[in-house]
Amino acid sequence: MKRVLPGFGLSLGCTLIYLSLLILLPLSGLAFKTSSLSLTQFWDIASGERALAAYRVTFGVSLLAASINAVFGLIVAWVLVRYPFPGKRLVDSLVDLPFALPTSVAGITLATLYAGNGWIGRYLDPLGIKVAFTPLGIVVALTFISLPFVVRTLQPVIEDIEPEIEEAAATLGASRLQTFTRVLLPGIFPALLTGFTLAFSRAIGEYGSVIFIAGNMPLISEITPLLIISKLEQYDVVGATALACVMLAISFVLLLGVNALQWWAASRGQGGHHGRQRVSL
Amino acid sequence: MSVPNLRRANAEPRWLRWLLTGTGLAFLFFFLALPLAAVFSEALNGGWSAYLLALKDHETLYAIGLTLFIALFVLPFNIAFGVAAAWAIAKFDFRGKSLLITLIDLPFAVSPVVVGMVFLLIFGAQGLFGSWLSAHDIKVVFALPGMIIVTLFITFPFVARELIPLMQAQGRDEEEAAISLGATGWQMFFRVTLPNIKWGLLYGVILANARAMGEFGAVSVVSGHIRGETNTLPLHVEILYN
Repeated sequence: MKRVLPGFGLSLGCTLIYLSLLILLPLSGLAFKTSSLSLTQFWDIASGERALAAYRVTFGVSLLAASINAVFGLIVAWVLVRYPFPGKRLVDSLVDLPFALPTSVAGITLATLYAGNGWIGRYLDPLGIKVAFTPLGIVVALTFISLPFVVRTLQPVIEDIEPEIEEAAATLGASRLQTFTRVLLPGIFPALLTGFTLAFSRAIGEYGSVIFIAGNMPLISEITPLLIISKLEQYDVVGATALACVMLAISFVLLLGVNALQWWAASRGQGGHHGRQRVSL
Repeated sequence: MSVPNLRRANAEPRWLRWLLTGTGLAFLFFFLALPLAAVFSEALNGGWSAYLLALKDHETLYAIGLTLFIALFVLPFNIAFGVAAAWAIAKFDFRGKSLLITLIDLPFAVSPVVVGMVFLLIFGAQGLFGSWLSAHDIKVVFALPGMIIVTLFITFPFVARELIPLMQAQGRDEEEAAISLGATGWQMFFRVTLPNIKWGLLYGVILANARAMGEFGAVSVVSGHIRGETNTLPLHVEILYN
């Protein structure tokens, strides 16, 4: 194939050089540094009691936050695309707020909101629910931080649903619920899963907002990024490196997961067509 | 009568619409609107004069200046490489394209703390280049260069991520027409491509900028928290809070 447009070599070359210098080389530096540890050393640090507790908190809480966002993000995206209501554009732009608000500001604000005398905390406190400075606080912070991912991933997909599909389902006698679960949801599902994974991976790495609301008690409400920082502050570079390597590996896996999901969604869209054609033959 | 019937078959009953709208809005209210209101209420707690006085504090002013400087410094890099990456990915077909997209997304997935750590390991005192840097008296970590580098890392995907789907959707027809009518590469870029992508580019830049100014974790690791020297606004917020 002959390329008509110019600039392929230039743009790809620049991208690759910049990417290698800024991202690939530094990250391989971390892997290089880790390789100076022996395997048993690495394993001892990466599976220490405090590290295990930190993984448990990080993953458990991130999973919860991402699930909350998957459920409510789907509702919000659906409402924002389908239903008219006053102030819709304002609400729509508000969704990006967690992207824009510095994480430290978000953390402090949420901590004051949910503290015993805060706007929300004062109503939860008499019920015996403590949010600020407990693992529950981390859930709140991570839900806030990862909120835009599900909504923003789903919105274009819901917009793209062709009304004919729903009309066909309705004329064929499907109830609205059946149309949703059998016709609409399968189309939305890959995007929902992508949004969920994006939210999850962002939540796992989050540091700034969490430390202000978590209370940061070792073994109870200490997240892995915080453990890395505290190891660094004690000049335990080796320990911090090992933990950072674990986090990096997890990020890689999640990212590959997202890309595999998108590939799956794209190929399923085409595969579905082929499948139907084959059936009609 | 058939049209209203079809409508009804194709939309949720009214109570469900209200329920969903109510649930969605309540969720956004508690998780977005209330925190936003709380930010302003906290900031203006002591009235406008106290707020303005706090802004005039020397260290706060320095932190604001440093934050803006880093954000502005990073901006041209983000635009240039974001557009270059989007051009290559959206307008051409080549092997390993999806791998390239995954790599561009990498800074989204890596924890900011890990990012800071990585550069600490490379440029820090015991790092890979540490001895060379100190022999030549160059400070990268715990100084401005380190903070700029991590910010570049963190904000790398935003512009490209915003532009790739947009440019893919626009296709190559207009650019190909410009070239076949005799435009040079840069003429085509500035007269055809840039006007087409300007809003997407602007949105990507705004997002990258917001992230650059708000980044806490990564910058916190490489800054060394030197007051009046490497203190950006998000870090200064932490100091004031404590």
